[in-house]
Amino acid sequence: MYTQALNARDTTAPVAGPEEAARAARFQARIDAEERIEPNDWMPEAYRRTLTRQISQHAHSEIVGMLPEGNWITRAPTLKRKAALLAKVQDEAGHGLYLYSAAETLGTSREELFDQLLAGRAKYSSIFNYPTLTWADIGAIGWLVDGAAIMNQIPLCRCSYGPYARAMIRVCKEESFHQRQGYEIMLTLCRGTPEQKAMAQDALNRWWWPCLMMFGPPDAESQHSDQSAKWKIKRFSNDELRQKFVDATVPQGQYLGLTFPDPDLAYDEAAGHWRYGAIDWEEFKQVLAGNGPCNRQRMKQRRDAHAAGAWVREAAMAHAAKRARRAAAKADALQQAA
Amino acid sequence: MAEPKIPLWEVFIRSRNGLAHKHVGSLHAADAAMALQAARDVYTRRGEGLSLWVVPSAAIVASDPADKEVMFEPTASKIYRHPTFYEVPDEVGHM
Ligand SMILES: [Fe+2]
Ligand SMILES: [Fe+2]
Repeated sequence: MYTQALNARDTTAPVAGPEEAARAARFQARIDAEERIEPNDWMPEAYRRTLTRQISQHAHSEIVGMLPEGNWITRAPTLKRKAALLAKVQDEAGHGLYLYSAAETLGTSREELFDQLLAGRAKYSSIFNYPTLTWADIGAIGWLVDGAAIMNQIPLCRCSYGPYARAMIRVCKEESFHQRQGYEIMLTLCRGTPEQKAMAQDALNRWWWPCLMMFGPPDAESQHSDQSAKWKIKRFSNDELRQKFVDATVPQGQYLGLTFPDPDLAYDEAAGHWRYGAIDWEEFKQVLAGNGPCNRQRMKQRRDAHAAGAWVREAAMAHAAKRARRAAAKADALQQAA
Repeated sequence: MAEPKIPLWEVFIRSRNGLAHKHVGSLHAADAAMALQAARDVYTRRGEGLSLWVVPSAAIVASDPADKEVMFEPTASKIYRHPTFYEVPDEVGHM
């Protein structure tokens, strides 16, 4: 998902001595009792590391995710669509900031988290390495990418770590607008000229499979899900969330009169689920390894933006320091006069 | 040269008249004016509030979670602080 967590290393708690084991047991008991863990509470190092990685990957995804859509702000077809897209992209910036704040409560500074992203040491969601070639892609992203994000983020509102859960509640409140504005773009195109409908179909064809990959590797292959489930960070497995997304989305696509680029897609009456064909995990691996269509461009844009903003950050800090000095001098002078 | 760290601020919003300011999250800003501006952009994009406070995070003094028992347990036994501790006959009516 936005936190595909593929650079996961060790997530099993190192047990060092009986005291540590007792603390770990108390911690797990709190989790089992559905208590929220707060920043200053004791927590196993592996829990802290896992969450720092997951929340910061999520934050990076929100920020990098602004780039494919930002590509269309100046070319939105109407003022209404432009205002909506601007508001949506601004929301994604907000999501990134809520999440960086939540990650920081675990003890890693935002500057350090930025560095990890810019140095290529941190991951962000594979989905944002695909290009937005036409206006229909903006519809497809809102409908499918934000739709997939919602599936993932709703259970995170009950994550055991308080600041992450609270950030997710804010995020979820805002996501519904994102998905609906995307679907409305698709609907408008599908009700338009044959060329417009073909554009919508082409966008669905290109985004469908990468969206299914957003949920991460199949359960049989994901190394860290068990521990995350035990810690109540993750409440549904990758495959469970993927299935929920497919079940919710296929009827929406049918309503649009579009077809899904999957000849194996079929409704399983008995199970009540839409069954989908094999996902190309090799493509997923390649995109995560940096070889997707836009990886290099995205990272370059992030690095350039960060570098271009350096003088603003410097100037703001210099201004604040100057004002503080003047205020201190004034206070001194007043005291001497008194 | 490493960039200096931009200070952290905690953000509080009062949603409607009559309700208290409530903590909503934090943000980084060089000074108070920028913190207020950023708080408006980050935390109030949909009419969430009518008033904003920003407080330097470093200025907040918090109780230690390790002292939770010492701090908050004693109230658990003081049931006489609650109205339901006192018996009032039904005939007296609502009190
Ligand atoms: Fe988002
Ligand atoms: Fe979104």
